[in-house]
Amino acid sequence: MSEAARAPEPEPIPAWSLPADAVDRIALPAEWPERVTRDWAMAGSTGAGVRVCILDSGVDPAHELVGEVERAVAVTIGDDGDTYVERDQEGDLCGHGTACAGIVRELAPDASLFSVRVLGAGFTGSGDVLLAGLHWAVEQGYDLINMSLSTTKRNFAEILHELADRAYFRRTVVIASAHNMPVESYPWRFSSVISVGSHEDPDPNVYYYNPEPPVEFFARGVGVDVAWLGGSTVRATGNSFATPHMTGICARILGKHPELTPFQLKSVLYLTADNVGGRRETP
Amino acid sequence: MSEDRFRAAVAAGVLASEEQHRALLRSIVEVARSMFAAAASSVVLLDEETNELVFEAVVGEGEDTLLGERYPSSKGIGGWVLNTRQPLVIDDVSKDPRHQRDFAEQTGYVPHGLMAVPLLNEERALGVLSVLDRQTAFSLAEMDLLGMFANQAAIALDLLQRARRAKSALDLAGADVSAVAGVAAALEQLEGNERDAGLRLLGALEQVLRAQRA
Repeated sequence: MSEAARAPEPEPIPAWSLPADAVDRIALPAEWPERVTRDWAMAGSTGAGVRVCILDSGVDPAHELVGEVERAVAVTIGDDGDTYVERDQEGDLCGHGTACAGIVRELAPDASLFSVRVLGAGFTGSGDVLLAGLHWAVEQGYDLINMSLSTTKRNFAEILHELADRAYFRRTVVIASAHNMPVESYPWRFSSVISVGSHEDPDPNVYYYNPEPPVEFFARGVGVDVAWLGGSTVRATGNSFATPHMTGICARILGKHPELTPFQLKSVLYLTADNVGGRRETP
Repeated sequence: MSEDRFRAAVAAGVLASEEQHRALLRSIVEVARSMFAAAASSVVLLDEETNELVFEAVVGEGEDTLLGERYPSSKGIGGWVLNTRQPLVIDDVSKDPRHQRDFAEQTGYVPHGLMAVPLLNEERALGVLSVLDRQTAFSLAEMDLLGMFANQAAIALDLLQRARRAKSALDLAGADVSAVAGVAAALEQLEGNERDAGLRLLGALEQVLRAQRA
């Protein structure tokens, strides 16, 4: 089994109880408003200070809709079966990672972008590369990891599940594309990630909470003009474009409220969704 | 020869032929093309041994030249859809020079737009169904429709792969098993009294053969 397919190291055992004298220690740093609005959640935020990882086909940093990429790595499998993480020399091999990065940049222009390329080496071994890439991204402690992809391999599901939980407990939020086909795929079905499907509204700031999971949120995913290879743009549709919209919105919220845990961030998304209480006050 | 391979080989005699599966795949891409009033539609199958995608059914542009053609599974939108299991719709592909080149290499034809959906059978990713240059306006309902077709195409591809594996086992097993598979195929065609008579005849034949061995 390769490096990637191994389960992550177990987390240190947490405290299971709360003595009376420790209550002050877990006092929440943020003033939680009486009513959470979009204004409170993200008005004025550009995502500055938030580190966003695009786990995809690589990102073209020369594209004007993407701008600076702070670090780009590629994950590969060597002849010895081990996985390697090295500086990405090739950029985007498909166009898709660049599209996702451009969408995040549009919604959160001052967020820091990072690229982890897990696609492009062909089908064989792609599951191991995906796991290694996610493992590496979680270790880096990014605030947000955009995963516009999934796997159907059941023997990867358990390790992916552990990685998703590990990310959640380390305050790294994984935002994953839901799947609209009649097969089981991962990691979007895990409750420790934020799963995203598409709605048809052209407004990039519109998002809905789905009271009938497993898909938890719907964001813009139809007819989106996105950055593509060679400095071009194409009009694209799919849950894989809805996902970076949600990632961009999360980046704006975390830019304004960096103290939020993944649970609190998801709660803010719920409270500010267009079909809940959060019809936006500011665009 | 193991019992599993023997079963597979005998089953090959009663399974539909490669030609019938190809006809099924072709009808799927024809319907997909018709539903979306598209210029072309195709199914590519993943060859896991060579890590390539192979055109198994094509209608419209490229149908005379593409069947059996291959390209690396790391390439282009087909490769991305297969590897991510995510369906994708792209319009104005022709604006992108690298895609123009990829498409020209892969299909000899550069579309303006395409819809591509992975063909998934349980946990296996088998290939990709594509619809090129559709005339209809796009909606999420269309995406669902394409997904349903993909499900059908995935089942057809799965059957095709099973039949090929069975045929391969049969070829390896040689003439003896081919003869048995032929008998199984002939028996499968019979019904009612004729089938009963056929089974009795085979039973008698088995006894004669065993008696000779004794």
